[in-house]
Amino acid sequence: MSTISRDEVARVAALARIDLRPDEVARLAGELDVIVESVARVSEVATADVPATSHPLPLTNVFRDDVPEPALPIQDVLAGAPQQENGRFAVPQILGEE
Amino acid sequence: MTAATTTGLVAYEDAVRRYDPVLGIEVHVELGTLTKMFCAAEVAYGGEPNTQVTPVSLGLPGALPVVNGKAVEYAIRIGLALNCSIAESCRFARKNYFYPDVPKNFQTSQYDEPIAFDGWIDIELDDGEVFRVEIERAHMEEDAGKNTHVGGATGRIQGAEYSLVDYNRAGIPLVEIVTRPIEGAGERAPEVARAYVQTLRDIFRTLDVSEAKMERGNVRADVNLSLRPTPESPLGTRTETKNVNSFRSIERAVRYEVSRQAGVLDAGLTVIQETRHFHEEDGTTSSGRVKSDAEDYRYFPEPDLVPVAPSREWVEEIRATLPEMPVARRRRLQTEWGYADAEMRDVVNAGAMDLIEATVAAGTSAAGARKWWMGELARRANQDEVALEALAVTPEQIAQLQGLVDSGRLNDKLARQVLDGVLAGEGDPEAVVAARGLEIVSDDGPLLAAIDEALAAQPDIVEKVRGGNQGPIGAIIGAVMKATKGQADAKRVRELVLDRIGS
Amino acid sequence: MTQDITRLSASDLASALRNKDVTSVEATQAHLDRIAAVDGDLHAFLHVSSEEALATAAEVDAQRAAGAELHLLAGVPIAVKDVVVTKGLPTTAGSKILEGWIPPYDATLVERIKAAGLPILGKTNMDEFAMGSSTEHSAYGNTKNPWDLDRIPGGSGGGSAAAVAGFEAPLAIGTDTGGSIRQPGAVTGTVGVKPTYGGVSRYGLIAMASSLDQAGPVTRSVLDAALLHELIGGHDPHDSTSIDEPVPGVVAAAQQGAQGDLKGVRVGVVKELSGEGYQAGVSARFDESLDQLRALGAEIVEVSCPSFGYALDAYYLIMPAEASSNLAKFDGMRFGLRVEPAEGPVTAERVMGATRGAGFGDEVKRRVILGTYALSAGYYDAYYGSAQKVRTLIQRDFAAAFEQADVLVSPTAPTTAFKFGEKLDDPLAMYLNDIATIPANLAGVPGMSLPNGLSDDGLPVGFQILAPAKADDRLYRVGAALEAALESRWGGPLLNQAPELKTTELAR
Repeated sequence: MSTISRDEVARVAALARIDLRPDEVARLAGELDVIVESVARVSEVATADVPATSHPLPLTNVFRDDVPEPALPIQDVLAGAPQQENGRFAVPQILGEE
Repeated sequence: MTAATTTGLVAYEDAVRRYDPVLGIEVHVELGTLTKMFCAAEVAYGGEPNTQVTPVSLGLPGALPVVNGKAVEYAIRIGLALNCSIAESCRFARKNYFYPDVPKNFQTSQYDEPIAFDGWIDIELDDGEVFRVEIERAHMEEDAGKNTHVGGATGRIQGAEYSLVDYNRAGIPLVEIVTRPIEGAGERAPEVARAYVQTLRDIFRTLDVSEAKMERGNVRADVNLSLRPTPESPLGTRTETKNVNSFRSIERAVRYEVSRQAGVLDAGLTVIQETRHFHEEDGTTSSGRVKSDAEDYRYFPEPDLVPVAPSREWVEEIRATLPEMPVARRRRLQTEWGYADAEMRDVVNAGAMDLIEATVAAGTSAAGARKWWMGELARRANQDEVALEALAVTPEQIAQLQGLVDSGRLNDKLARQVLDGVLAGEGDPEAVVAARGLEIVSDDGPLLAAIDEALAAQPDIVEKVRGGNQGPIGAIIGAVMKATKGQADAKRVRELVLDRIGS
Repeated sequence: MTQDITRLSASDLASALRNKDVTSVEATQAHLDRIAAVDGDLHAFLHVSSEEALATAAEVDAQRAAGAELHLLAGVPIAVKDVVVTKGLPTTAGSKILEGWIPPYDATLVERIKAAGLPILGKTNMDEFAMGSSTEHSAYGNTKNPWDLDRIPGGSGGGSAAAVAGFEAPLAIGTDTGGSIRQPGAVTGTVGVKPTYGGVSRYGLIAMASSLDQAGPVTRSVLDAALLHELIGGHDPHDSTSIDEPVPGVVAAAQQGAQGDLKGVRVGVVKELSGEGYQAGVSARFDESLDQLRALGAEIVEVSCPSFGYALDAYYLIMPAEASSNLAKFDGMRFGLRVEPAEGPVTAERVMGATRGAGFGDEVKRRVILGTYALSAGYYDAYYGSAQKVRTLIQRDFAAAFEQADVLVSPTAPTTAFKFGEKLDDPLAMYLNDIATIPANLAGVPGMSLPNGLSDDGLPVGFQILAPAKADDRLYRVGAALEAALESRWGGPLLNQAPELKTTELAR
């Protein structure tokens, strides 16, 4: 019995902005379940007294001086654009904005 | 159609009589650094689209962020000015959401570890009442790019619309300041909201961390509002009104939301927790799209950046260089100058505080400085429809002018003439006095000649005065003043006339 | 000597160039010819940049002729994994979503390669976005193992490993998030090094998991790896996680190690990284190598790292979580593929979904979905948060083990190269390839894999050496010593025992 339902996979896929075909949803529900069960083991040892490590080396305060450097030339900026217009990236209609 | 949009508005006064409004305000300020938050792209207002981007601010594959140290310093300055604690260590996090103006499809922000937290500021309302606003946090983040929407005119299918994106703004450093719920404002909630943002704007300028121009979007406010039956009731459901980008709009948006939410509650419905948009044209708000995944930002610590751990020495160094905050300065100056509350308020509203301060610093009494700036100069500024500081006269010149009056070298009327000369660009008051020959005549010689002439011209009055009736003496004095073009000291003339008549 | 140029190690080729026995144009052309002859079968390259490489070579030759001071490796050609951005050269990260994309900037390590005058032969194949252990997840077809064309070359950097093993390039760049340099090294009989996290700039590496990714050398000898490591390593202000210290003296350490004296060196055998699950031939070669080290004077001790048992689990939370966010930028708005939905309104949101649905392969989708799930509301603490704690435990295990030993060792991978398709439908079995390599990524410590013989199936086996953070030089000292001893026993490099590749007749 899968703990991750197809609905859950569909919800997460929407969150991740990936259109999945129904067969992909079904397959991923099965596969993710195996992985999630296996990784759930980490909670066995990840007790409250263990601090989290987010960076392998304990660096802090890596700052840059506030000094401008040349920008990318505009032709390079737009070179990869699927669509462009007047120096800007043309993107499909954006819903939900004024 | 949501329930909220179908209910009517309740008159504001009625609404605040029956409901207690609670505010929460989020202010974003664009920092005035030379470069962006995480890359060295230059920040400059009004550049051609996409000319201020690097692989980092464009979110290109492989690009990595590096924190702008100046932006951190500015954030600490803001935190300290807001009486916040500065974190010993804090981190950036990724706020994941897909949007075309967010180049990486996540915003690098701070989440559970803001750089500054637990602060407060006092704001002063129009009548001088001081209101304390508690600050929950101030954190660093980056701005998004700018979308321009094209098409979508009537008759075009929805799918024909598109947008153009400019990433010049993407990555500009922001500090977001979040209040705790602002309670107890009552009917003055709109004014409190406006005064709070105005105070912050003044603070940003005083700190020199931002140009803080509302009209350019340097300062942007989101206003949360909820209503509850009484101040003792639990907090009601709030709405967040975005795009409120002028002081007047803030006031209007709060008023409108109070009226609207009261209407919803009166109808027995519940307020929907949502984002609302403010409309400048008619002062209303409307429901924003409810995004299904808006709340699931999947925050996690930004692995491409290391923690920011400002040393206590650095924080104290920054604290030591903080300028005096506007409200504190205003209070100090009022005490020093001995102005009444109403007087001080008028001075502040007229934008005369700095000018008076400089005039006083140049040696004029506080009363004298106020007399000039709030009297004659305010009248002239008003007449020319310019700001006080735009008048072509400096506080030092006003101080010199008042000095001439105080020393008896000018009377008020002459002083106004000297001011005319200064404003006309004829130089400092001393120079105008010399050039125009406007000094009070204090030598008795020329005065006596004028007096004798006047006495000879009006023997009947001389008789009356000699007979004990001093009433008509004014006519003699007037004639003398006229003859000396007003440059005589009227008091001295009177003495000399009486002496001459021998009464 | 054109015929033999491609068999030379990078350091020998560098000497030949310095002595003007050969020009860089000749050397570069020889490798381009070799690519033309064998890459039809191997498919190690996604893009071959002949013109640019020859132009660089000619420039270096001219500089050398003019007596200019040149980098030691100037003129030695190199191949670059396609996950590293190269200005003007297509960069796809093995994904359809980036097909045809030409980066407008160079990765820092590419800048250093260019500044040193190494001609870039081209971009090597890989699992899409470096997600995989076999290159079977490349959107552009499998790379074959030069030892057996029916078998995987490892992954994700199978292209770089196969290019070096197949004598198409003396040097290559790899990246290693969970073993993607070391595991391909093991199954192709090449040397691969994952430096200390932060030792080589990540600026310009198309990120999979930011806190784990690290670029490093792929070569045929330990000394060559050290030379390349020194070239690409060192502080980069564009990478906030870059170590602001000089690169450890890896070349000197390799030269010292080659003398064959390991007296006083304590070698720790990680109990948890051997035994069950390891192919018999792999275990046998490993034990022999321990004997060899002992013979060189090293002291062998056993160490225990109990938390390593959770490393794979933690890795498969952290890696997909970070990847899900790092890969969000591939949305069809600014660069790369844009796909419109087959039906319904064309909105930005729907175009993003369609683009990502069509542009990402199965494994990428699997990891992005898993990572999104792990970070989504309500799961962060249980999954990502817990995994970060496991990371702490693994670091503690390493710290304790390095109290007892100067380096730690294990087999690099549990098995030799498997056949195509064997594990494709079993993600967990695929992930087990990285069981021995992942702990180093989680802790940020450096690791090396070098060939230590052939298994019973006649395929190469890899020996892994791990050192404390910033002590990368220890890898090279021990690695070079073992390499020298093994090669003297074999009578030359292990790759000499690889079968000759079928060559296509050149139409030059």
